[in-house]
Amino acid sequence: MVASPSSTAGPVVQLSSVSKTFGDVKAVDDISLEIHRGEFFSMLGPSGCGKTTTLRLLAGFEEPDEDGGTVRLLGEVVNKKRPYERKIAMVFQNYALFPHLTVQRNVAFGLEQRKTPKAEIGDRVRQALEMVRLKPDTFAKRMPGQLSGGQRQRVALARALVLEPDILLLDEPLGAIDLKLRKEMQLELKSLNKQLGTTFIYVTHDQEEALTMSDRIAVMDNARVAQLGTPAEIYENPRTAFVAKFIGESNFFDGTAERRNGGSWQVVRNGGGRFLVPDHPALTEGKAIRIAVRPEWMDVWRPTAVPAGENAVGGTIRDVIYLGETMHVIVTVPGCEDVTVAVRNEGQLIKPLPWKRGDPAAVAWLPEDCQILEEK
Amino acid sequence: MASLRERILAWLHPRPQARAWALLTPGALWLVLFFLVPILIMFAYSMMPRGVYGGVEPGFTLEHYRRFFDPLYLEILQRTFVWSVACTVICLLLGFPLAYAIARGGTWKNFLLFLVVLPFWTSFLVRTFAMIFLLRDTGLINNWLVRLGLIESSVTLLYTPFAVMAGLVYGFLPFMILPIYASLEKLDLSLLEAAEVLGARPAERFRRVTLPLSMPGVVAGCLLVFIPALGSFLTADLLGGAKQMMVGNLVQNQFAAARNWPFGSAASFIVMALVLVAVMLYLRVRDRTPGEAT
Repeated sequence: MVASPSSTAGPVVQLSSVSKTFGDVKAVDDISLEIHRGEFFSMLGPSGCGKTTTLRLLAGFEEPDEDGGTVRLLGEVVNKKRPYERKIAMVFQNYALFPHLTVQRNVAFGLEQRKTPKAEIGDRVRQALEMVRLKPDTFAKRMPGQLSGGQRQRVALARALVLEPDILLLDEPLGAIDLKLRKEMQLELKSLNKQLGTTFIYVTHDQEEALTMSDRIAVMDNARVAQLGTPAEIYENPRTAFVAKFIGESNFFDGTAERRNGGSWQVVRNGGGRFLVPDHPALTEGKAIRIAVRPEWMDVWRPTAVPAGENAVGGTIRDVIYLGETMHVIVTVPGCEDVTVAVRNEGQLIKPLPWKRGDPAAVAWLPEDCQILEEK
Repeated sequence: MASLRERILAWLHPRPQARAWALLTPGALWLVLFFLVPILIMFAYSMMPRGVYGGVEPGFTLEHYRRFFDPLYLEILQRTFVWSVACTVICLLLGFPLAYAIARGGTWKNFLLFLVVLPFWTSFLVRTFAMIFLLRDTGLINNWLVRLGLIESSVTLLYTPFAVMAGLVYGFLPFMILPIYASLEKLDLSLLEAAEVLGARPAERFRRVTLPLSMPGVVAGCLLVFIPALGSFLTADLLGGAKQMMVGNLVQNQFAAARNWPFGSAASFIVMALVLVAVMLYLRVRDRTPGEAT
């Protein structure tokens, strides 16, 4: 099963300045983005950020505002088209399996609506069930009520994929299943995406999920796209404090940009001290700047032992937290929020960290690991 | 020394079966005393000779059952049956869209439901009398039709089958609306969206998703209308006059005016048997078509 090649070469999804207002609440505010054929595209954000509304605009459950831009699917403007007039498939958050129909009839539903010949339906339902690793002989005759959450999820996926859609919309489909199965399904979804060539548009609030599966991520905040990029771009080069905080953990330092003699930049921290920072277009002399540093890019040292050339702030150890794979060392630094440093756990029984609460310490990191945020 | 209450609770605690009985017994006693016992008495009466001054005399006879199969009474039975079915169908046709609208009524939902239940605040007798004022020759409907020039002189509405049907439908409509509303209300809206995304237009979506999933409500509503309609007598009595007799009126007459308790009992049991057969057939047909019709 390979998605049929479309006549249009351009992006499969194109949103141009799309807005959607409910009452006086802007759910989607002037969003423009393009999604390409075969891409695994995630919309990530906290609840109420507009990601689900954006998905519903693509599905056709919502219409953009009167002057709210255009939604194009496969090159065609679909603003006013009802869902049954769009060639899309969708997997719902709660699966939305028809409780009165067997698995077989659930999966066949879309094919029947599209007037597929009866003889063909049986085969395609079988293939779809096999594709999501459900044995047709075991499951075809079962009712949705007799399935586990993970199995229902697979049926919902089969019901969508059996239509061989160009675009598959997924609305937090893994939210309700347990962690281990979720990780397994993440990899399966990703491999289905690559194997079928279908464009997956995936809504989630789980940053790890988005990083694991996506080709590109649109991080959404407050009805807008805060940042759009590959997982590495988003994680390693967040543009705003919101993105830096929402994807992974970050430590923030506020200060003022200042050009050094050699022409390189440094930031004078508001609470004292100065950091070398890499060159960045947002830097201008005297500008208030916020930088972010990932906990795993930092290290804790004795105040006198900081390696030369590294940025450092001094403070006091507040806590050491055991997380298994890593250790989190929390350091209280005057003039800013507590700094979290992630240290690889090399075995606390054999080689325990030398820190205990109240010890003076310095946190240090390389200048190139400073992420310069464009806005706070 | 523990109090009696504590001792009873301590005894009940490890005995789930005894607990179940303790919960069942009070209500069950009530039903046995006021439902089962009278019905057994009536059953016995229906097979005893009629007393000269009412009541019964000792003995055994099936005469009363035989007598019911007189064309006169069979016609009444047939009329009752046809009217009850018609009333159920009309209630369904009126009630389903109404229940659907209420279930989708948003903020108005509770107010609309309140309006559906509002008639119950007044006795059914009073409401049926009120219908006489609407329907009689000098009633509101005729007056308005004449005044609007739609008819020249008043049309007889009262004491016609139309009046009885109007009264029955009016009286039983809420019993159709409420269960259908309940099943539509809990219908998961994402199922409708799923159907739409899978290519179902509104009509198909209704046929394949909304209707089958509201069937429990439809079945309950139909039973709640059909069964009491079969046994109703007040509506036919007040709005139908002498010519529109239903089985309920017959039974009432036998017990009251005619003082023929055994025949009244026999007629009741025949209706009861019919209801039982009809309901069983209905449920069987329903169970044989699980899910959607194909």
